[in-house]
Amino acid sequence: MIWKYAMGLFMAAVIIASFLLVPPTQGLGDMGRIIVYHVPTAWVAVLAYLMSMVHSVAFLRTGDMLRDRKAAIAAGLGTLFCILATVTGAIWARGAWGMFWNWDPRQTSVFLLLMLYVAYFALRASVQDPDRRAKLAAVYAIFAFLTVPFLVFVVPRVYPTLHPNLINVTERRYEMDSIIRLVFLSSVVAFTGLYLWMFDLRLRAENLLDQLERERGN
Amino acid sequence: MQFCSLIKAAWTVFRKDLRCEFRTPLNFSILMIFAVTVLMVISFAVGGIALDPTLLAALLWVMLFFTAMTGVARAYVQEEETGTALVLRLAADSAAIYIGKVLYSFVILVGVAIVVVPLYLVLFSVAPAMPLALAATVVLGCLGIAVTGTTFSAIVAQVTTQGSLMTVLSFPVMLPLLWIAISSTSTSFVGSNLVALAPDLAFMFFYSGMTFVASLVLVEYL
Amino acid sequence: MAVRVVCHDLTKHFPPRTLFRGVSVTVEPHSLFAVTGRNGAGKTTLLKIIAGLVPSSCGVVQIADGGRILSLGEIRQTIGMVAPDLALYDALSGLENLAFFAEVRGVAAAREQIAELLELVGLTKRRHDLVATYSSGMKQRLQYAHALLHTPSILILDEPTSNLDSAGAQVVYGIMQRQRQHGSVVYATNDAREVALADAILQLD
Repeated sequence: MIWKYAMGLFMAAVIIASFLLVPPTQGLGDMGRIIVYHVPTAWVAVLAYLMSMVHSVAFLRTGDMLRDRKAAIAAGLGTLFCILATVTGAIWARGAWGMFWNWDPRQTSVFLLLMLYVAYFALRASVQDPDRRAKLAAVYAIFAFLTVPFLVFVVPRVYPTLHPNLINVTERRYEMDSIIRLVFLSSVVAFTGLYLWMFDLRLRAENLLDQLERERGN
Repeated sequence: MQFCSLIKAAWTVFRKDLRCEFRTPLNFSILMIFAVTVLMVISFAVGGIALDPTLLAALLWVMLFFTAMTGVARAYVQEEETGTALVLRLAADSAAIYIGKVLYSFVILVGVAIVVVPLYLVLFSVAPAMPLALAATVVLGCLGIAVTGTTFSAIVAQVTTQGSLMTVLSFPVMLPLLWIAISSTSTSFVGSNLVALAPDLAFMFFYSGMTFVASLVLVEYL
Repeated sequence: MAVRVVCHDLTKHFPPRTLFRGVSVTVEPHSLFAVTGRNGAGKTTLLKIIAGLVPSSCGVVQIADGGRILSLGEIRQTIGMVAPDLALYDALSGLENLAFFAEVRGVAAAREQIAELLELVGLTKRRHDLVATYSSGMKQRLQYAHALLHTPSILILDEPTSNLDSAGAQVVYGIMQRQRQHGSVVYATNDAREVALADAILQLD
């Protein structure tokens, strides 16, 4: 319980710091602060999708229904954070590029990623037998995840990207000064913590629902 | 030895599917009619306007994609509907069934393409600069669609309310393939440099190869 | 071969219902094992779980030869199944159906085996006709020929005689008795005469 309060305070501190400590960026003004929200949500989305994939593989290997539940919850949270990253990205794009949406490669990939997982939930919704649903969803999740590298390979070939990179690969240094970096990294930690908390809450809720359903079935 | 028996079983499944298909060639005819109808509708709507090669290429692949979605989906769904799916699963290795169905879907798709692509070239008065490159693109694109489409067919066949789930599942996964197929097709219309096409064709080949291997492993669990 | 089917604690949920819970049974070699119970009790689902066609919610099915647990590929060679919701290919003739399945399974001496089985189920005369033209009883007879094609150790029958006339039913009882010599039969039925044949009975409720 105590760490949840600590998390709440930490998150609040990050939010306040993003407005007070992070200076307006050159050229973008206050819009630049969105990096403190946009990148961590995108990171959490990737993390959640990865976890979903890991749980799907584990489900196929063990047949443990708890794994299926975890895979579905992680995919759901991944989609939520993916939508947040898309929206914050679009707001930033409006400031930086003048348009909310212009099919930049990053936007295209994120759109396809969302479609993949919308399809995942459409599949789950279409199967009534939970055991069969778990099996089919796991196979689809793994198969879809494997095609993501092709997406990453293809999309930049279709359009060149204008998306900024945080890490300058050629010079091996962060393109941020130390105070922004501190707030930014704290935000990554805070959002990861938030994800873990939400995951735990959803898992407990789903377990209770399942228990209720079983008791009603008897 | 085990590999041989797998291939032999796959070949048997493929021959059985073709034989059933030609006994009641309804599926294939409907698929062909569907593709030609889409083609005529687009041609009618476009009228005589000269289109950009990329747009022309995109139209071709949109048509082939939706034709495949109605056709390839049948590979497993039909077995499920007639009640033969369970018998087949009892009798044969799932990988063998999968390979047989991929072959079948590929042959059906290429069969449709052989009729539809020339018709398309005539209707839109396209004279491809590199006809062989176009043929290679169409064949490799059909291969990729057959490989991934058959996997999704296996998934969709076990679903209670199918609706248009096949398209919803396939589209985001097949989009990289379609994208490259479109770019390669439009190059074959106007380009002259065969070497520039090599990466595109290689991509389509590897895409098919990778999804094929992944499917072989995953169909065991379906 | 002494193939045994062991079910450990099988449970199947179909939310919001639970079909059955904690079914643990062993089907001994050389026995006829009947599953009975009212409609909707899950007889068909249990048979399909044993055949590996439907996943169970909890519990496992092990099919063992002596002490050795069989692999998926071996199980496929061990089980033959006849059920109302299984079907053979309508677009092929009876003979073509059997030839196809024999080839897929790699049955040796398939031609003789098929001829013998067609004779057994009384379809020799109609073997070149498409299955689409068969009556439901004839389709079921053909299913028996198909299920016996690879001389399985375990025969799984869902309502063994549901579509058959009395002559057909006699053929099936003959098949079941013969099967007892070298393997076992698991069958779901509510017919009192068929239940009476059983060596062991599982009542689902």
